[in-house]
Amino acid sequence: MTADTARHATAQAQAGQPLLQVRDLRVYYHTPRGAAKAVDGVSFSLEPGERLGLVGESGSGKSTIALSLMRLIKPPGVIEGGEVLLGGEDLLAKSEEEMRQVRLAGVAMVAQGAMNSLNPVKRVREQILDGLADHGQPIAKRAVADTLGALLRSVGLKPEVAGMFPHELSGGMKQRVVTAIAISLRPKVIIADEPTSALDVVVQRQIMDTLLRVQQDLGAAVILIGHDMGLMAQFVTRLGVMYAGKLVELCPVQAIFDEPLMPYSQLLIASLPSLTKKGELRGIPGLPPSLLDRPTGCPFRARCPHAFDRCAVEEPALRELRPGHWAACHLY
Amino acid sequence: MAPLLEARNVSKVFSGGLFSRAQNIALDDFSFALEDAPPSITAVVGESGSGKTTLARLLLGLAAPTSGSVRYNGKDLRKHSRAEWRTFIREVQVIFQDPYEVYNPFYTVDHVLKEPIRKFALAGTKAQGRALMEEALTAVGLRPEETLGRHPHQLSGGQRQRIMVARALLLKPRVIIADEPVSMVDASLRATILNNLRQINRQFGISILYITHDLTTAYQLSENIIVLYRGGVAEVGSVERVVQHPQHPYTRLLVGSVPLPDPRRPWEAAPAPSALGREMTAASCRFADRCPSAMPVCIEVRPPLYQTNPDRAAACYLYDDAPAMATGDINQVFVGEAAD
Ligand SMILES: Nc1ncnc2c1ncn2[C@@H]1O[C@H](COP(=O)(O)OP(=O)(O)OP(=O)(O)O)[C@@H](O)[C@H]1O
Ligand SMILES: Nc1ncnc2c1ncn2[C@@H]1O[C@H](COP(=O)(O)OP(=O)(O)OP(=O)(O)O)[C@@H](O)[C@H]1O
Ligand SMILES: [Mg+2]
Ligand SMILES: [Mg+2]
Repeated sequence: MTADTARHATAQAQAGQPLLQVRDLRVYYHTPRGAAKAVDGVSFSLEPGERLGLVGESGSGKSTIALSLMRLIKPPGVIEGGEVLLGGEDLLAKSEEEMRQVRLAGVAMVAQGAMNSLNPVKRVREQILDGLADHGQPIAKRAVADTLGALLRSVGLKPEVAGMFPHELSGGMKQRVVTAIAISLRPKVIIADEPTSALDVVVQRQIMDTLLRVQQDLGAAVILIGHDMGLMAQFVTRLGVMYAGKLVELCPVQAIFDEPLMPYSQLLIASLPSLTKKGELRGIPGLPPSLLDRPTGCPFRARCPHAFDRCAVEEPALRELRPGHWAACHLY
Repeated sequence: MAPLLEARNVSKVFSGGLFSRAQNIALDDFSFALEDAPPSITAVVGESGSGKTTLARLLLGLAAPTSGSVRYNGKDLRKHSRAEWRTFIREVQVIFQDPYEVYNPFYTVDHVLKEPIRKFALAGTKAQGRALMEEALTAVGLRPEETLGRHPHQLSGGQRQRIMVARALLLKPRVIIADEPVSMVDASLRATILNNLRQINRQFGISILYITHDLTTAYQLSENIIVLYRGGVAEVGSVERVVQHPQHPYTRLLVGSVPLPDPRRPWEAAPAPSALGREMTAASCRFADRCPSAMPVCIEVRPPLYQTNPDRAAACYLYDDAPAMATGDINQVFVGEAAD
């Protein structure tokens, strides 16, 4: 992000406008069997300093949204339409060169499985410096040790880690390195796609505490993608639920546990296993619809215990059914 | 009768990395027997790097123990004949942790599923083979017509993981070793897949070793649990007791770190670190440097497992009133039947 846009973003934030606005985002994967509508008209916004969670069925398009915000969708994936406004500027309209400046400095991502994507033959130091140089932010030689040390310390790693190779690090340490790279340019928005799903709960908690602290230091907003409703409950303030390429519910995190409105969300909450009482492990019967050949009406209707005739013909829009609580369902 | 699959005093030592001269003891004198009469589900939990995957690889014969032996039907894997080995690799299936690693990006999903069908001649005709693949994919909630023919990068993380579950189901083995089989799928699918595993355990009598860091699903799925810490058993026994009333300070930390799906019940404050301020030695309790209850003796000599109840044991001096047991005996504390 240029200094100008950064200032612009800050000014807007101060004026109480959303930091990030996603409008009617559509991303399709063009397969030999037709277009898979992985993200099909998703809109949401993010306030500065906010922590938004995205949950939803496996394959519902969460990672695709994350990649689109970074403009990292690869063929056969195509961003078919919509807007992604960061501080009022549409990222989808930027040239690739301009976008390179936005990545890391504007929006940064810890990708799903990222800790496995560290380059095995490069020391941590080079991996971080490469990231900075790639984004036109090379560090003067004299400052390298200080900058790296501070960055690693901010994610709870010792400065010595800079000299290590990935295979010498545990999963939790690798995940912290990846987080350090993501925050190295002090982004406005941090997207974390399942940042801890391969880690134990103790390390997971440390990583989340780190992310929280970094987020607060930077005043950044976070989008946390994942499946762990416990983690969501502990970390985010607002939660979005995805189903088959659509955002079907968006509300304060407490509300999803107290009063989920969309039947998919209700069943999702009901399927959460308990740590205090043994019971049946109950999933949601049936399959999500094909993304290639979407049925008419509500995408969840085939599995919905409350579906009625209208659900087959008319697709429910995401509406504000309670103050701050949006859901896409004809029941209300 | 010999147990079906057994680890006897198994250790696995990796030589240190480039910068550490120290040896890395990934698994330390570990003994355990997986019974299949009655078919059991045992969970192995522990932090990242505690040796869970190493244990899985040893039990699968994919890595050789540095000392001790792994036995199938009472016979050391290293002494198996070709025919016995073939039986072993069919009867003991694995679902691996990391779907990013196991897939060769050039192979399609079909290849992953066809290979075992061909190798073990599971189908007489092409059509039968196709039907088997479709059945297995449907069982894990995937649409065959949209999944077959795809390459791994064309699937979401959870979809990849389910293909590995489908592959294991296809072979109807006697043992499944599942290493984090559902870490990347959503809550409802996780319940569905784990329920699948429970059903195949009951219906087909397949015994399951469920390796995970997710205590909640370990609690729901298994009867007995082994808590590993840095290559050794910290606590072991009936899952009901261990999870509801953890004894070992590490297990307590683990249980206390589970994020509860309730914003009104925030994470407990992180525990105070060990205040001993003494250097650990090779003989110290593995957890002493992090343990809030550490005592001088914990630095000097590693505690044995104390059998605190008929159905549980903990390796901690806090319980030294209870009788100590030999490490080889952890199966003694296992409850035979599901607690429910
Ligand atoms: N390169 C590709 N070609 C074809 N389809 C793809 C490709 N990449 C993703 N998809 C499909 O797009 C859909 C959305 O995938 P995405 O990775 O965004 O899901 P997700 O919500 O992140 O799932 P998970 O929770 O399992 O990670 C899935 O159905 C997936 O199969
Ligand atoms: N091939 C190897 N070479 C050297 N060290 C190894 C090798 N495989 C594992 N280790 C080490 O052995 C220890 C145990 O690793 P293991 O993969 O079994 O842990 P884990 O409990 O499965 O962890 P996670 O929860 O992260 O999967 C670690 O310290 C690891 O670094
Ligand atoms: Mg994903
Ligand atoms: Mg592992």
